[in-house]
Amino acid sequence: MQELTFKVQRYTPGQDKEPYLQEFTIPFTEGMTVLDGLIYIKEKVDNTLSFRSSCRMGICGSCGVLVNNFPMLACHTPVEELKTDRIEVKSLPNFPIIRDLVASLDLLFEKHKSIKPYIISSDIREAEEPTAEYVQSREELESYVQFAYCVKCGLCMAACPTVATDALFLGPQPLGQVYRYCTDRRDMGAKERFHEADSPHGVWLCHLAGACSEACPKGVDPALAIQLLKRAMVFDSMRLAKKRQPVTLAHLPVESKPKIEVPEFTVK
Amino acid sequence: METEVASSEKPHLPNRLGVKGWVWAGRYTLERYLYTLHRLTGLGLLLYVALHLGANGFRLGGEESWTSAIDFLTNPFGRVVEYLVMAAFAFHALNGGRLILQHLGYTLGKPKPPIYPYVDSMRRRRPLTWVMLAVIVALAIYILVEFVT
Ligand code: HEM
Ligand code: FES
Repeated sequence: MQELTFKVQRYTPGQDKEPYLQEFTIPFTEGMTVLDGLIYIKEKVDNTLSFRSSCRMGICGSCGVLVNNFPMLACHTPVEELKTDRIEVKSLPNFPIIRDLVASLDLLFEKHKSIKPYIISSDIREAEEPTAEYVQSREELESYVQFAYCVKCGLCMAACPTVATDALFLGPQPLGQVYRYCTDRRDMGAKERFHEADSPHGVWLCHLAGACSEACPKGVDPALAIQLLKRAMVFDSMRLAKKRQPVTLAHLPVESKPKIEVPEFTVK
Repeated sequence: METEVASSEKPHLPNRLGVKGWVWAGRYTLERYLYTLHRLTGLGLLLYVALHLGANGFRLGGEESWTSAIDFLTNPFGRVVEYLVMAAFAFHALNGGRLILQHLGYTLGKPKPPIYPYVDSMRRRRPLTWVMLAVIVALAIYILVEFVT
């Protein structure tokens, strides 16, 4: 492989009626990722190309794009893995296009927020001013930690056939997070989140195509989380769920450091 | 309007895949194809039930219209359609059984901390799905033999 042909989706709202593909031929270098290719194009060939990236190491979740018709993180996809020198890059489907490869993830973040993605503690004071540490067994940790690796990149939402037809469907990311929090023993918010997930655009629209888990670049397996959520909700409605004991506290002999003041938000 | 769109931060091209997004399984693998097939067979069976009820309605038209309807159904084309309905039912029922179990989180295993290379639960349990498909194929062949003989 000496050269790569990048076919990149271009679209400027107000200027272009439809997105179109622009072809670039760029040199191949060993170990390069799809993101490296895009950066090369922007730096050396056409600086009007818009795409989003930040960490370039699969952590921030901002570089999700459709590469040869499969949702991927551009920074996490070595060109060699694609086994072809023709690479088509489009913006993530099921998300509105802001420009070129930049998809708007606003709706995903709104949905994610709506399921209260944080520990809802029964003891607000203890949560705000902790006096001790929460005790969790390894099994308790492993029941949710896989789902806590989500980076909110939106690849699962781009893969989901239900999101494709119903924009309001909560989708794999938020639903997976419903389970992530509800199964955490520190959390007491299951009822509130079950209510959110039980809506007409909620968990029952998942038909288990499994595409979300195939696309997930972090091994989060949202499809598994969603099916376990369904079971939890069915058991809960039939009053078969085991009653969960609130998490226990371990008072450690050591003094904890004084609480750090939370800084002002930089983005309002 | 034009300038408003260009200067506004609000994106305006929805880019949702729509119906094509659920029919077309593209580069996704087995279970994604089964999803499409389950829906298509479900709709096909629904259509069959409707036609079946309609066809039985020909009885109301007296013996002549009933036999002409039956004639149509016993010609080779009608037989092929009948076979496809049986095969579709075999697939839909067995795959439906798998879906009912998996929708309730059974046969999928437990969550596992993600360690590269990632394998998700459905792929870990894919051998079970292949067994199910083998049973469906065996059933379809059995029904075919019954049909021909
Ligand atoms: C033993 C018999 C059957 C079983 C076990 C079964 C099972 C299922 C299951 C579990 C689903 C939901 C799948 C999903 O998650 O999307 C489903 C959907 C469906 N079924 Fe059946 N089914 C059976 C027979 C039938 C028959 C006889 C018909 C038609 C008259 C039918 C029509 C449908 C349709 C139209 C859907 C919706 C498909 C979709 O939304 O994707 N099913 N079936
Ligand atoms: S740039 Fe951060 S995940 Fe790709």
